[in-house]
Amino acid sequence: MEISRHWRLKKQRYSLIGEVCPHCDAKIFPPRDVCPECGQEARSEFAFSGRGQVYSHTTIYDAPAGYENNLPYTVALIKLDEGPIVTAQLTDLGAQPVEIGMPVEMVTRRIREDGDERGMLVYGYKFRPAWNAPIK
Amino acid sequence: MNDAVKNTDIVIAGIGQTPVGEHWQLSLKNLAYLAYKAAVQDSGGLKPDALYVGNMLAPVLSHQAHLGVLLADDFGLAGIEAAAVEAGNAGGAAALRLAYLAVASGCVNIAMALGVEKFTDQVGPNVEAAASVILDSDYEAAMGLTPNAQAALLLRRYLYEYQVPRPAFGAFPILAHNNAAGNPQAMYRNLINAESYAQAGMVCDPLNLFDIAPWADGAAAVIVARRDSLPAALPHPLARISGASLATDRLALHDRPNPLFLRAAQKSVERACRQAGILPQDVDFFELCDSTSTYAALSLEAAGFAAPGQGWRMAQDGQLALDGKLPVCTLGGFKGRGNPGGAAGLYQVVEAVLQLRGEAGKNQLPHPQRALVQSLSGAAATAVAHVLEVIH
Repeated sequence: MEISRHWRLKKQRYSLIGEVCPHCDAKIFPPRDVCPECGQEARSEFAFSGRGQVYSHTTIYDAPAGYENNLPYTVALIKLDEGPIVTAQLTDLGAQPVEIGMPVEMVTRRIREDGDERGMLVYGYKFRPAWNAPIK
Repeated sequence: MNDAVKNTDIVIAGIGQTPVGEHWQLSLKNLAYLAYKAAVQDSGGLKPDALYVGNMLAPVLSHQAHLGVLLADDFGLAGIEAAAVEAGNAGGAAALRLAYLAVASGCVNIAMALGVEKFTDQVGPNVEAAASVILDSDYEAAMGLTPNAQAALLLRRYLYEYQVPRPAFGAFPILAHNNAAGNPQAMYRNLINAESYAQAGMVCDPLNLFDIAPWADGAAAVIVARRDSLPAALPHPLARISGASLATDRLALHDRPNPLFLRAAQKSVERACRQAGILPQDVDFFELCDSTSTYAALSLEAAGFAAPGQGWRMAQDGQLALDGKLPVCTLGGFKGRGNPGGAAGLYQVVEAVLQLRGEAGKNQLPHPQRALVQSLSGAAATAVAHVLEVIH
Protein backbone atom coordinates (compact mmCIF):
# COMPACT_ATOMS: atom_id res chain seq x y z
CA MET A 1 0.00 0.00 0.00
CA GLU A 2 2.88 2.36 0.73
CA ILE A 3 0.57 4.99 2.23
CA SER A 4 3.26 6.99 4.01
CA ARG A 5 5.38 7.12 0.90
CA HIS A 6 2.67 8.95 -1.03
CA TRP A 7 1.40 10.96 1.96
CA ARG A 8 4.89 12.38 2.48
CA LEU A 9 4.73 13.92 -0.99
CA LYS A 10 1.33 15.57 -0.59
CA LYS A 11 2.62 19.14 -0.85
CA GLN A 12 4.45 18.36 -4.06
CA ARG A 13 1.73 16.20 -5.58
CA TYR A 14 -1.23 18.48 -4.76
CA SER A 15 0.29 21.96 -4.72
CA LEU A 16 3.57 21.78 -6.62
CA ILE A 17 5.54 22.99 -3.62
CA GLY A 18 9.24 23.06 -4.35
CA GLU A 19 12.00 25.18 -2.90
CA VAL A 20 13.76 28.45 -3.37
CA CYS A 21 17.42 28.37 -2.43
CA PRO A 22 18.03 30.84 0.43
CA HIS A 23 21.60 31.28 -0.77
CA CYS A 24 21.32 31.82 -4.52
CA ASP A 25 17.56 32.23 -5.11
CA ALA A 26 17.39 29.25 -7.53
CA LYS A 27 13.88 27.81 -7.87
CA ILE A 28 13.95 24.06 -7.33
CA PHE A 29 11.45 21.33 -8.16
CA PRO A 30 11.33 18.57 -7.05
CA PRO A 31 12.70 19.64 -3.66
CA ARG A 32 16.25 18.52 -2.92
CA ASP A 33 18.63 18.45 0.01
CA VAL A 34 21.33 20.39 -1.79
CA CYS A 35 20.82 23.24 -4.26
CA PRO A 36 22.06 22.09 -7.68
CA GLU A 37 23.07 25.65 -8.56
CA CYS A 38 25.21 26.67 -5.59
CA GLY A 39 25.78 23.44 -3.66
CA GLN A 40 24.43 24.71 -0.33
CA GLU A 41 21.51 23.26 1.58
CA ALA A 42 18.13 24.27 0.18
CA ARG A 43 15.19 24.06 2.57
CA SER A 44 12.86 27.05 1.99
CA GLU A 45 9.49 26.16 0.48
CA PHE A 46 8.33 27.79 -2.72
CA ALA A 47 4.97 27.34 -4.43
CA PHE A 48 5.21 27.08 -8.19
CA SER A 49 2.54 28.71 -10.35
CA GLY A 50 1.78 25.47 -12.17
CA ARG A 51 2.20 27.13 -15.55
CA GLY A 52 4.68 26.05 -18.13
CA GLN A 53 5.31 24.73 -21.62
CA VAL A 54 5.78 21.29 -23.11
CA TYR A 55 9.53 20.61 -23.57
CA SER A 56 8.93 17.11 -24.94
CA HIS A 57 6.24 14.44 -24.84
CA THR A 58 5.59 10.76 -25.52
CA THR A 59 2.46 8.67 -25.72
CA ILE A 60 2.90 5.35 -23.97
CA TYR A 61 1.25 2.20 -25.33
CA ASP A 62 3.14 -0.28 -23.13
CA ALA A 63 2.41 0.55 -19.51
CA PRO A 64 4.01 -0.50 -16.24
CA ALA A 65 1.78 -2.25 -13.69
CA GLY A 66 -0.53 0.28 -12.01
CA TYR A 67 -0.96 2.40 -15.15
CA GLU A 68 -2.62 -0.08 -17.56
CA ASN A 69 -6.06 1.49 -17.09
CA ASN A 70 -4.82 4.79 -18.49
CA LEU A 71 -3.52 3.38 -21.77
CA PRO A 72 -2.53 5.05 -23.95
CA TYR A 73 -1.35 8.00 -21.87
CA THR A 74 0.94 10.91 -22.57
CA VAL A 75 3.89 11.83 -20.38
CA ALA A 76 5.69 15.11 -20.90
CA LEU A 77 8.61 17.12 -19.68
CA ILE A 78 7.10 20.47 -18.70
CA LYS A 79 9.34 23.52 -18.46
CA LEU A 80 7.76 25.53 -15.65
CA ASP A 81 7.58 29.31 -16.00
CA GLU A 82 9.90 29.58 -12.99
CA GLY A 83 12.61 27.50 -14.71
CA PRO A 84 12.70 23.88 -13.55
CA ILE A 85 11.50 21.00 -15.74
CA VAL A 86 9.01 18.50 -14.27
CA THR A 87 7.90 15.07 -15.50
CA ALA A 88 4.11 14.70 -15.59
CA GLN A 89 1.24 13.23 -17.53
CA LEU A 90 -0.81 15.43 -19.83
CA THR A 91 -4.60 15.31 -19.53
CA ASP A 92 -7.78 16.88 -20.97
CA LEU A 93 -6.17 16.86 -24.40
CA GLY A 94 -9.29 16.21 -26.47
CA ALA A 95 -8.51 16.11 -30.16
CA GLN A 96 -5.77 18.71 -29.82
CA PRO A 97 -2.40 17.31 -30.95
CA VAL A 98 0.35 17.87 -28.38
CA GLU A 99 3.16 20.08 -29.56
CA ILE A 100 6.49 21.12 -28.14
CA GLY A 101 6.10 24.67 -26.79
CA MET A 102 2.39 24.22 -26.04
CA PRO A 103 1.38 26.19 -22.89
CA VAL A 104 0.04 23.98 -20.10
CA GLU A 105 -1.20 24.35 -16.53
CA MET A 106 -1.25 22.04 -13.54
CA VAL A 107 -4.39 20.19 -12.42
CA THR A 108 -4.93 17.44 -9.82
CA ARG A 109 -5.88 14.02 -11.16
CA ARG A 110 -5.68 10.33 -10.34
CA ILE A 111 -2.21 9.16 -11.42
CA ARG A 112 -2.18 5.48 -10.53
CA GLU A 113 -4.20 2.60 -9.14
CA ASP A 114 -2.82 -0.18 -6.99
CA GLY A 115 -4.42 -3.53 -7.66
CA ASP A 116 -8.15 -4.23 -7.29
CA GLU A 117 -11.07 -2.11 -6.03
CA ARG A 118 -9.59 -2.25 -2.53
CA GLY A 119 -6.25 -0.85 -3.72
CA MET A 120 -5.01 2.67 -3.14
CA LEU A 121 -5.68 5.47 -5.61
CA VAL A 122 -2.83 7.92 -5.93
CA TYR A 123 -3.65 11.50 -6.87
CA GLY A 124 -1.20 14.13 -8.00
CA TYR A 125 -0.35 16.72 -10.60
CA LYS A 126 -1.00 16.41 -14.29
CA PHE A 127 -0.92 19.21 -16.84
CA ARG A 128 -3.61 20.27 -19.31
CA PRO A 129 -3.53 22.69 -22.22
CA ALA A 130 -3.71 26.29 -20.97
CA TRP A 131 -6.00 27.65 -23.64
CA ASN A 132 -5.88 31.25 -22.48
CA ALA A 133 -2.20 31.48 -21.78
CA PRO A 134 -0.29 33.95 -23.91
CA ILE A 135 2.05 32.15 -26.33
CA LYS A 136 5.60 33.09 -25.50
CA MET B 1 49.89 5.89 -27.08
CA ASN B 2 50.33 2.19 -26.47
CA ASP B 3 53.02 2.00 -23.80
CA ALA B 4 55.23 -1.06 -23.57
CA VAL B 5 53.42 -4.02 -22.09
CA LYS B 6 54.09 -4.27 -18.35
CA ASN B 7 53.84 -7.17 -15.98
CA THR B 8 51.63 -5.09 -13.75
CA ASP B 9 49.06 -4.66 -16.51
CA ILE B 10 45.53 -5.52 -15.51
CA VAL B 11 44.26 -8.02 -18.06
CA ILE B 12 41.18 -9.98 -18.93
CA ALA B 13 42.30 -13.57 -18.65
CA GLY B 14 39.03 -15.35 -19.26
CA ILE B 15 35.59 -14.68 -20.73
CA GLY B 16 32.29 -16.54 -20.71
CA GLN B 17 28.74 -15.93 -21.88
CA THR B 18 25.45 -17.75 -22.33
CA PRO B 19 23.26 -17.26 -25.37
CA VAL B 20 20.91 -14.31 -24.82
CA GLY B 21 17.21 -15.04 -25.03
CA GLU B 22 14.23 -16.54 -23.24
CA HIS B 23 15.68 -19.28 -21.07
CA TRP B 24 12.52 -20.69 -19.48
CA GLN B 25 14.37 -23.75 -18.23
CA LEU B 26 17.23 -21.86 -16.57
CA SER B 27 17.22 -19.94 -13.28
CA LEU B 28 19.30 -16.95 -12.28
CA LYS B 29 21.80 -19.33 -10.70
CA ASN B 30 21.86 -21.71 -13.66
CA LEU B 31 22.61 -18.86 -16.06
CA ALA B 32 25.32 -17.43 -13.81
CA TYR B 33 26.99 -20.80 -13.42
CA LEU B 34 27.17 -21.34 -17.18
CA ALA B 35 28.94 -18.00 -17.64
CA TYR B 36 31.19 -18.66 -14.64
CA LYS B 37 32.22 -22.08 -15.89
CA ALA B 38 32.89 -20.81 -19.39
CA ALA B 39 35.10 -17.97 -18.11
CA VAL B 40 37.08 -20.25 -15.80
CA GLN B 41 37.57 -22.75 -18.61
CA ASP B 42 38.59 -20.01 -21.01
CA SER B 43 41.24 -18.78 -18.54
CA GLY B 44 42.76 -22.23 -18.25
CA GLY B 45 41.24 -22.92 -14.85
CA LEU B 46 41.78 -19.74 -12.81
CA LYS B 47 39.55 -19.55 -9.75
CA PRO B 48 38.52 -16.08 -8.54
CA ASP B 49 39.42 -14.78 -5.06
CA ALA B 50 36.69 -12.20 -5.33
CA LEU B 51 33.38 -12.12 -7.20
CA TYR B 52 31.57 -8.90 -8.18
CA VAL B 53 28.08 -9.54 -9.49
CA GLY B 54 26.35 -7.05 -11.78
CA ASN B 55 22.58 -7.28 -11.66
CA MET B 56 19.72 -4.88 -12.24
CA LEU B 57 16.47 -6.35 -11.03
CA ALA B 58 16.77 -9.72 -9.30
CA PRO B 59 15.26 -8.41 -6.03
CA VAL B 60 12.16 -7.32 -8.00
CA LEU B 61 11.92 -9.90 -10.79
CA SER B 62 13.19 -12.98 -8.95
CA HIS B 63 12.58 -11.96 -5.31
CA GLN B 64 16.25 -12.62 -4.77
CA ALA B 65 18.87 -10.28 -3.37
CA HIS B 66 22.22 -11.14 -1.76
CA LEU B 67 23.55 -12.31 -5.11
CA GLY B 68 27.22 -12.23 -4.15
CA VAL B 69 26.92 -15.04 -1.66
CA LEU B 70 24.13 -16.76 -3.59
CA LEU B 71 26.41 -17.27 -6.57
CA ALA B 72 29.69 -17.81 -4.71
CA ASP B 73 27.92 -20.53 -2.74
CA ASP B 74 26.47 -22.07 -5.89
CA PHE B 75 29.88 -22.07 -7.60
CA GLY B 76 31.45 -23.91 -4.65
CA LEU B 77 33.39 -20.80 -3.64
CA ALA B 78 31.71 -20.06 -0.29
CA GLY B 79 34.19 -18.12 1.82
CA ILE B 80 35.52 -15.79 -0.88
CA GLU B 81 34.83 -12.06 -1.09
CA ALA B 82 31.59 -11.65 -3.05
CA ALA B 83 29.02 -8.86 -3.40
CA ALA B 84 26.57 -7.53 -5.94
CA VAL B 85 26.84 -4.16 -7.63
CA GLU B 86 23.74 -2.30 -8.67
CA ALA B 87 23.93 0.44 -11.29
CA GLY B 88 20.86 -0.27 -13.39
CA ASN B 89 21.56 -1.39 -16.93
CA ALA B 90 25.26 -0.57 -16.39
CA GLY B 91 25.62 -2.93 -13.41
CA GLY B 92 27.78 -5.45 -15.27
CA ALA B 93 30.20 -2.75 -16.39
CA ALA B 94 30.24 -1.34 -12.87
CA ALA B 95 31.15 -4.82 -11.59
CA LEU B 96 34.09 -4.85 -13.99
CA ARG B 97 35.15 -1.43 -12.77
CA LEU B 98 35.16 -2.81 -9.20
CA ALA B 99 37.05 -5.93 -10.24
CA TYR B 100 39.60 -3.69 -11.91
CA LEU B 101 39.96 -1.51 -8.81
CA ALA B 102 40.26 -4.56 -6.57
CA VAL B 103 43.05 -6.08 -8.64
CA ALA B 104 44.80 -2.76 -9.30
CA SER B 105 44.84 -2.04 -5.55
CA GLY B 106 46.72 -5.24 -4.92
CA CYS B 107 44.10 -6.39 -2.42
CA VAL B 108 42.70 -9.06 -4.73
CA ASN B 109 44.71 -11.40 -6.89
CA ILE B 110 42.12 -12.75 -9.29
CA ALA B 111 38.69 -11.14 -9.54
CA MET B 112 35.65 -12.12 -11.52
CA ALA B 113 33.02 -9.67 -12.74
CA LEU B 114 29.86 -11.56 -13.55
CA GLY B 115 26.61 -10.07 -14.84
CA VAL B 116 23.36 -11.98 -14.72
CA GLU B 117 19.75 -11.13 -15.40
CA LYS B 118 16.58 -13.21 -15.45
CA PHE B 119 13.68 -11.32 -17.02
CA THR B 120 11.36 -13.98 -18.29
CA ASP B 121 9.91 -15.12 -14.98
CA GLN B 122 7.75 -11.99 -15.25
CA VAL B 123 5.86 -10.64 -18.23
CA GLY B 124 4.29 -7.46 -19.61
CA PRO B 125 3.33 -4.71 -17.16
CA ASN B 126 5.36 -6.29 -14.34
CA VAL B 127 8.55 -6.10 -16.39
CA GLU B 128 7.86 -2.48 -17.34
CA ALA B 129 7.21 -1.63 -13.70
CA ALA B 130 10.34 -3.46 -12.58
CA ALA B 131 12.54 -1.71 -15.15
CA SER B 132 11.17 1.63 -13.97
CA VAL B 133 12.82 1.27 -10.56
CA ILE B 134 16.02 2.59 -12.11
CA LEU B 135 14.31 5.98 -12.54
CA ASP B 136 13.55 8.54 -9.84
CA SER B 137 10.71 6.64 -8.21
CA ASP B 138 8.79 9.59 -6.70
CA TYR B 139 9.07 12.03 -9.59
CA GLU B 140 9.50 9.98 -12.75
CA ALA B 141 8.21 6.41 -12.33
CA ALA B 142 5.25 7.63 -10.23
CA MET B 143 4.07 9.61 -13.27
CA GLY B 144 3.99 6.46 -15.41
CA LEU B 145 7.38 7.14 -16.99
CA THR B 146 9.52 4.15 -18.01
CA PRO B 147 13.14 3.94 -19.18
CA ASN B 148 11.92 3.53 -22.75
CA ALA B 149 9.64 6.54 -22.40
CA GLN B 150 12.64 8.59 -21.25
CA ALA B 151 14.38 7.69 -24.49
CA ALA B 152 11.21 8.61 -26.38
CA LEU B 153 11.09 12.05 -24.73
CA LEU B 154 14.69 12.62 -25.75
CA LEU B 155 14.13 11.42 -29.31
CA ARG B 156 11.11 13.71 -29.74
CA ARG B 157 13.11 16.71 -28.56
CA TYR B 158 16.09 15.68 -30.69
CA LEU B 159 13.99 15.43 -33.85
CA TYR B 160 12.50 18.84 -33.07
CA GLU B 161 15.74 20.66 -32.25
CA TYR B 162 17.86 19.23 -35.03
CA GLN B 163 15.15 18.75 -37.67
CA VAL B 164 16.10 15.12 -38.30
CA PRO B 165 13.99 12.93 -40.62
CA ARG B 166 12.37 10.32 -38.36
CA PRO B 167 13.22 7.25 -40.53
CA ALA B 168 16.95 8.03 -40.21
CA PHE B 169 17.02 6.44 -36.74
CA GLY B 170 16.05 3.11 -38.26
CA ALA B 171 19.65 2.77 -39.42
CA PHE B 172 20.71 1.85 -35.87
CA PRO B 173 18.48 -1.22 -35.35
CA ILE B 174 19.00 -2.30 -38.96
CA LEU B 175 22.76 -2.29 -38.35
CA ALA B 176 22.35 -4.09 -35.03
CA HIS B 177 20.33 -6.91 -36.61
CA ASN B 178 22.84 -7.16 -39.49
CA ASN B 179 25.63 -7.71 -36.97
CA ALA B 180 23.64 -10.00 -34.71
CA ALA B 181 23.08 -12.31 -37.68
CA GLY B 182 26.74 -13.32 -37.36
CA ASN B 183 26.67 -13.88 -33.59
CA PRO B 184 25.51 -17.35 -32.50
CA GLN B 185 24.86 -16.02 -28.96
CA ALA B 186 22.51 -13.24 -30.14
CA MET B 187 18.78 -13.21 -29.53
CA TYR B 188 17.73 -11.82 -32.92
CA ARG B 189 19.59 -13.10 -35.97
CA ASN B 190 16.92 -12.04 -38.46
CA LEU B 191 17.44 -9.05 -40.72
CA ILE B 192 15.18 -6.02 -40.69
CA ASN B 193 14.96 -3.22 -43.24
CA ALA B 194 13.61 0.28 -43.67
CA GLU B 195 10.15 -1.03 -44.60
CA SER B 196 9.77 -3.31 -41.61
CA TYR B 197 11.12 -0.52 -39.40
CA ALA B 198 8.49 1.88 -40.72
CA GLN B 199 5.74 -0.65 -39.95
CA ALA B 200 6.89 -1.59 -36.45
CA GLY B 201 4.32 -1.06 -33.69
CA MET B 202 4.59 2.04 -31.54
CA VAL B 203 5.74 1.44 -27.96
CA CYS B 204 6.12 5.01 -26.76
CA ASP B 205 5.78 7.51 -29.51
CA PRO B 206 8.10 8.24 -31.36
CA LEU B 207 9.97 5.06 -30.33
CA ASN B 208 8.76 1.90 -32.03
CA LEU B 209 9.38 -1.75 -31.24
CA PHE B 210 12.56 -1.83 -33.34
CA ASP B 211 14.06 1.18 -31.58
CA ILE B 212 14.05 -0.65 -28.26
CA ALA B 213 16.38 -3.48 -27.32
CA PRO B 214 14.44 -6.45 -25.92
CA TRP B 215 14.89 -7.36 -22.25
CA ALA B 216 16.26 -10.90 -22.16
CA ASP B 217 17.86 -13.54 -19.95
CA GLY B 218 21.60 -13.99 -19.95
CA ALA B 219 24.84 -14.09 -18.03
CA ALA B 220 28.39 -13.09 -18.93
CA ALA B 221 31.60 -13.15 -16.94
CA VAL B 222 35.21 -12.00 -17.20
CA ILE B 223 38.24 -12.87 -15.10
CA VAL B 224 40.52 -9.96 -14.23
CA ALA B 225 44.09 -10.38 -12.98
CA ARG B 226 47.48 -8.78 -12.97
CA ARG B 227 49.50 -10.07 -15.85
CA ASP B 228 52.37 -11.27 -13.66
CA SER B 229 50.04 -13.42 -11.59
CA LEU B 230 49.01 -15.54 -14.57
CA PRO B 231 50.51 -18.79 -15.78
CA ALA B 232 52.98 -18.22 -18.61
CA ALA B 233 50.95 -19.92 -21.30
CA LEU B 234 47.29 -19.15 -21.84
CA PRO B 235 45.52 -20.53 -24.89
CA HIS B 236 44.62 -17.06 -26.21
CA PRO B 237 45.95 -13.49 -26.40
CA LEU B 238 45.24 -11.29 -23.38
CA ALA B 239 43.29 -8.07 -23.45
CA ARG B 240 44.68 -5.32 -21.26
CA ILE B 241 42.33 -2.90 -19.50
CA SER B 242 44.16 0.33 -20.24
CA GLY B 243 41.39 2.67 -19.14
CA ALA B 244 38.43 2.29 -16.81
CA SER B 245 35.95 4.87 -15.64
CA LEU B 246 32.50 5.16 -14.11
CA ALA B 247 30.71 8.52 -14.13
CA THR B 248 27.28 9.74 -13.03
CA ASP B 249 24.85 12.44 -14.15
CA ARG B 250 21.72 13.82 -12.50
CA LEU B 251 19.41 10.81 -12.08
CA ALA B 252 16.17 12.34 -13.36
CA LEU B 253 16.00 13.56 -16.93
CA HIS B 254 14.09 16.66 -15.81
CA ASP B 255 16.97 17.74 -13.56
CA ARG B 256 19.51 18.07 -16.37
CA PRO B 257 20.43 21.47 -17.83
CA ASN B 258 20.60 19.96 -21.33
CA PRO B 259 18.87 16.58 -21.41
CA LEU B 260 20.06 15.93 -24.98
CA PHE B 261 23.70 15.79 -23.98
CA LEU B 262 24.77 12.71 -22.01
CA ARG B 263 27.31 14.27 -19.67
CA ALA B 264 28.17 11.09 -17.79
CA ALA B 265 28.75 9.31 -21.09
CA GLN B 266 31.13 12.08 -22.11
CA LYS B 267 32.97 12.02 -18.78
CA SER B 268 33.40 8.26 -18.70
CA VAL B 269 34.88 8.18 -22.20
CA GLU B 270 37.11 11.16 -21.52
CA ARG B 271 38.51 9.70 -18.29
CA ALA B 272 39.00 6.18 -19.63
CA CYS B 273 40.76 7.47 -22.74
CA ARG B 274 42.93 9.86 -20.74
CA GLN B 275 44.04 6.98 -18.54
CA ALA B 276 44.82 4.93 -21.63
CA GLY B 277 46.72 7.85 -23.13
CA ILE B 278 44.60 7.91 -26.26
CA LEU B 279 41.87 9.92 -27.93
CA PRO B 280 38.52 8.26 -28.66
CA GLN B 281 39.45 8.52 -32.36
CA ASP B 282 42.35 6.13 -31.73
CA VAL B 283 40.10 3.11 -31.13
CA ASP B 284 39.40 0.54 -33.83
CA PHE B 285 35.80 -0.05 -32.79
CA PHE B 286 33.24 1.21 -30.29
CA GLU B 287 30.91 -1.11 -28.40
CA LEU B 288 28.33 1.55 -27.62
CA CYS B 289 25.05 1.20 -25.78
CA ASP B 290 22.08 0.99 -28.14
CA SER B 291 19.49 0.08 -25.52
CA THR B 292 17.37 2.41 -27.66
CA SER B 293 18.14 4.06 -31.01
CA THR B 294 18.17 7.38 -29.16
CA TYR B 295 21.15 6.40 -27.04
CA ALA B 296 23.12 5.06 -29.98
CA ALA B 297 23.09 8.52 -31.54
CA LEU B 298 23.61 10.40 -28.28
CA SER B 299 26.55 8.12 -27.32
CA LEU B 300 28.37 8.95 -30.55
CA GLU B 301 27.91 12.63 -29.73
CA ALA B 302 28.91 12.32 -26.08
CA ALA B 303 32.09 10.43 -26.99
CA GLY B 304 33.02 13.17 -29.44
CA PHE B 305 32.67 11.13 -32.63
CA ALA B 306 29.94 13.50 -33.82
CA ALA B 307 28.84 17.03 -32.97
CA PRO B 308 25.59 17.45 -30.99
CA GLY B 309 22.69 16.79 -33.33
CA GLN B 310 24.87 14.93 -35.85
CA GLY B 311 25.25 11.45 -34.32
CA TRP B 312 22.41 10.01 -36.41
CA ARG B 313 24.26 10.92 -39.60
CA MET B 314 27.05 8.46 -38.84
CA ALA B 315 24.57 5.60 -39.22
CA GLN B 316 23.47 6.70 -42.69
CA ASP B 317 26.53 6.04 -44.84
CA GLY B 318 28.02 2.79 -43.59
CA GLN B 319 30.79 4.20 -41.40
CA LEU B 320 29.44 2.28 -38.35
CA ALA B 321 29.26 -1.05 -40.20
CA LEU B 322 31.78 -3.87 -39.74
CA ASP B 323 33.77 -2.60 -42.73
CA GLY B 324 33.29 1.08 -41.84
CA LYS B 325 35.55 3.65 -40.25
CA LEU B 326 34.16 3.12 -36.73
CA PRO B 327 32.39 -0.23 -36.35
CA VAL B 328 29.87 -0.26 -33.46
CA CYS B 329 27.84 -3.04 -31.85
CA THR B 330 29.96 -5.51 -33.78
CA LEU B 331 28.12 -8.61 -32.52
CA GLY B 332 24.65 -7.11 -32.59
CA GLY B 333 24.62 -4.60 -29.76
CA PHE B 334 21.77 -4.45 -27.29
CA LYS B 335 19.17 -4.41 -30.06
CA GLY B 336 20.35 -7.53 -31.87
CA ARG B 337 22.06 -9.54 -29.14
CA GLY B 338 19.38 -8.61 -26.59
CA ASN B 339 19.48 -6.54 -23.41
CA PRO B 340 20.12 -8.73 -20.37
CA GLY B 341 19.96 -5.86 -17.83
CA GLY B 342 22.85 -6.02 -15.40
CA ALA B 343 24.67 -8.54 -17.59
CA ALA B 344 24.62 -6.35 -20.71
CA GLY B 345 27.79 -4.45 -19.85
CA LEU B 346 29.76 -7.67 -19.55
CA TYR B 347 28.40 -9.02 -22.84
CA GLN B 348 29.80 -5.88 -24.43
CA VAL B 349 33.21 -6.54 -22.86
CA VAL B 350 33.17 -10.23 -23.81
CA GLU B 351 32.34 -9.27 -27.39
CA ALA B 352 35.12 -6.67 -27.51
CA VAL B 353 37.61 -9.25 -26.21
CA LEU B 354 36.49 -11.75 -28.86
CA GLN B 355 37.21 -9.12 -31.53
CA LEU B 356 40.61 -8.27 -30.04
CA ARG B 357 41.59 -11.93 -29.86
CA GLY B 358 40.46 -12.57 -33.42
CA GLU B 359 37.72 -14.96 -32.25
CA ALA B 360 34.67 -13.05 -33.46
CA GLY B 361 33.85 -15.52 -36.23
CA LYS B 362 31.88 -14.20 -39.19
CA ASN B 363 31.93 -10.69 -37.73
CA GLN B 364 35.67 -10.56 -37.14
CA LEU B 365 37.16 -7.12 -37.76
CA PRO B 366 40.56 -7.08 -39.49
CA HIS B 367 43.19 -7.09 -36.68
CA PRO B 368 41.65 -4.63 -34.23
CA GLN B 369 44.10 -3.47 -31.55
CA ARG B 370 41.97 -1.31 -29.34
CA ALA B 371 38.33 -1.12 -28.29
CA LEU B 372 36.21 1.42 -26.47
CA VAL B 373 33.35 -0.18 -24.57
CA GLN B 374 30.64 1.92 -22.98
CA SER B 375 27.66 0.89 -20.87
CA LEU B 376 24.87 3.25 -19.99
CA SER B 377 22.03 2.85 -17.58
CA GLY B 378 18.83 4.38 -18.92
CA ALA B 379 19.52 7.90 -20.09
CA ALA B 380 23.18 7.55 -19.05
CA ALA B 381 22.52 8.42 -15.42
CA THR B 382 25.39 5.98 -14.90
CA ALA B 383 27.98 5.58 -17.64
CA VAL B 384 30.93 3.20 -17.58
CA ALA B 385 33.73 3.17 -20.14
CA HIS B 386 36.60 0.75 -20.63
CA VAL B 387 39.47 0.91 -23.09
CA LEU B 388 40.74 -2.57 -23.98
CA GLU B 389 43.92 -3.34 -25.94
CA VAL B 390 45.14 -6.67 -27.18
CA ILE B 391 48.55 -7.89 -26.00
CA HIS B 392 50.33 -9.98 -28.62
